[in-house]
Amino acid sequence: MAQQDTVEPTRRDFLYIATGAMGAVGAAALAWPFIDQMNPDASALSLASIEVDISAIDEGQEIKVMWRGKPVFIRNRSAREIEEANAVAISDLPDPYARNANLGADAQATDANRGVEGREALIVMVGVCTHLGCIPLGQAGDFGGWFCPCHGSHYDTAGRIRKGPAPENLLIPPFEFISDNVIQIG
Amino acid sequence: MAGHSNYVPQSAAAKWLESRLPVISLVRGSFVDFPTPKNLNYWWTFGGILFFVLIAQILTGIVLVMHYTPNTALAFASVEHIMRDVNFGWLLRYLHANGASMFFIAVFIHMFRGMYYGSYKAPREISWILGVVIFLIMMATAFMGYVLPWGQMSFWGATVITNLFSALPLVGEPIVNWLWGGFAVDNPTLNRFFSLHYLLPFMIFGVVLLHVWAFHTTGNNNPTGINPKTKQDTIPFHPYYTIKDLFAIVVFMILFAYFVFYIPNYMGHADNYIEADPLVTPAHIVPEWYFLPFYAILRAVPDKLGGVVLMFGSIAVMFVLPWLDTSKVRSGTYRPLFKQFFWIFVAVCVGLGYLGAMPAEGGYVIAARILTTYYFAHFLIILPLLGFLEKPKELPASISEAVLSGGGKPAGAVAAPETK
Repeated sequence: MAQQDTVEPTRRDFLYIATGAMGAVGAAALAWPFIDQMNPDASALSLASIEVDISAIDEGQEIKVMWRGKPVFIRNRSAREIEEANAVAISDLPDPYARNANLGADAQATDANRGVEGREALIVMVGVCTHLGCIPLGQAGDFGGWFCPCHGSHYDTAGRIRKGPAPENLLIPPFEFISDNVIQIG
Repeated sequence: MAGHSNYVPQSAAAKWLESRLPVISLVRGSFVDFPTPKNLNYWWTFGGILFFVLIAQILTGIVLVMHYTPNTALAFASVEHIMRDVNFGWLLRYLHANGASMFFIAVFIHMFRGMYYGSYKAPREISWILGVVIFLIMMATAFMGYVLPWGQMSFWGATVITNLFSALPLVGEPIVNWLWGGFAVDNPTLNRFFSLHYLLPFMIFGVVLLHVWAFHTTGNNNPTGINPKTKQDTIPFHPYYTIKDLFAIVVFMILFAYFVFYIPNYMGHADNYIEADPLVTPAHIVPEWYFLPFYAILRAVPDKLGGVVLMFGSIAVMFVLPWLDTSKVRSGTYRPLFKQFFWIFVAVCVGLGYLGAMPAEGGYVIAARILTTYYFAHFLIILPLLGFLEKPKELPASISEAVLSGGGKPAGAVAAPETK
């Protein structure tokens, strides 16, 4: 019997393996539609960009808009809020990266990198806590920015995480000005 | 299972069926003639109670689906429609919602019973592991069911729990978008949760059959932890344990009915009677009570990924429990040190549940960290060491001897005076 283990593979062995492999590939190919049907569908992807008129937001005011089923905070910050945000050293931040989809992944989390170029007061952020997805409350918490009531994450006036379990700064979505007062998010 | 039956078909119809599908002897071997240790106490009735609650959940669930609409625009209103318009809709929904809590009360007691009497030890490891699998599917089912009414707690509970997966490096975000079917919890999420919430109870039913099959192959454990040696140590399952289980089920139904008829919303949250609003998070999000100990472990860790890993680890560690406990003695009745550590462990689990309901700040977080550490230490340090350090009490010669001398009864379980 031991001798049989070492004999040359026969044509039948080859057929067994080839058939089995073909069956496995076919099963995997058929499994994919069953898995992929759960991914975001065409209707969800088609809502991926919105336009917002920001001309009516006065200093110290904020609006919330819906983008991809999530709230986006657009805030026209006061001078004091900007000053507070600028006063923080990058080394004091738990997350030193800007998390700004319009900049490179390694951009520093300075207030300038978090805000809008040329419009220092404006900040546009996805209003979803980076911990477990709750909506932070505005102008609350230890740093005068946002505070997430679910698990106690404190964000500062530039939406940067300062204290609590959240790992990252609030995300800045990709956006651009399509006219002086209208931004397109997404 | 079937081998335990001495059944010989008498009628022509029974003979005809038996020779084609031996279902009568299977049922008789498993639930009528099955030799069961004669000393099972009332902690053993929770298996039967759980079976009853599972069937109750499936039946109430099937009829609720006849009136419920799984769509974000209509779900909340359809649940109110069940409560106000559907004949006995309020009763069916309250039975189903409180039934979930009853299920967990019974399953926690059932699991602690297994831990106290060493029911996970050889040769019953597979039965224990299948039990942990059932527990996991139960938790998934309960979580998805809680999302269906589409209230504020439904929505934000779903958001927080699905976001747990975003802690995974690299694949986290694609997985979360895949779970949601979008970029936030929305209609696709509700639809798939509904589909799975209907499916999973039947999977639980299937695993329950395997669970029973496994311990019917090895034989039941019992309060002494020693194997039945003679026929005198066992009695047939029917009528002795069918009646005992039925009695326990009736007593349990009194508790169940008390919740359903007098305090049906006691274990729910008022926020879930507010329709889901993706723009406003409730001030205080708390999961259902049966998830609180695990939630406390999640929040005890200051790191997002670490918290998720420990939370899942707290259940994963139960899979290897049969190999962590090094003691040769099964029953805690004969393990003087283990007995004390067992009750400390129970207190730690209850304590974690309490901390899970408290805000995650100050002393609560510190306490949660201490208890989380103890929870894992119980499995990973105390149980392996106890087997070597502890000197167990002398075991009785047989189940019959333990019963007749009164020494086989566990302290606290039965209020019998020590006569030994």
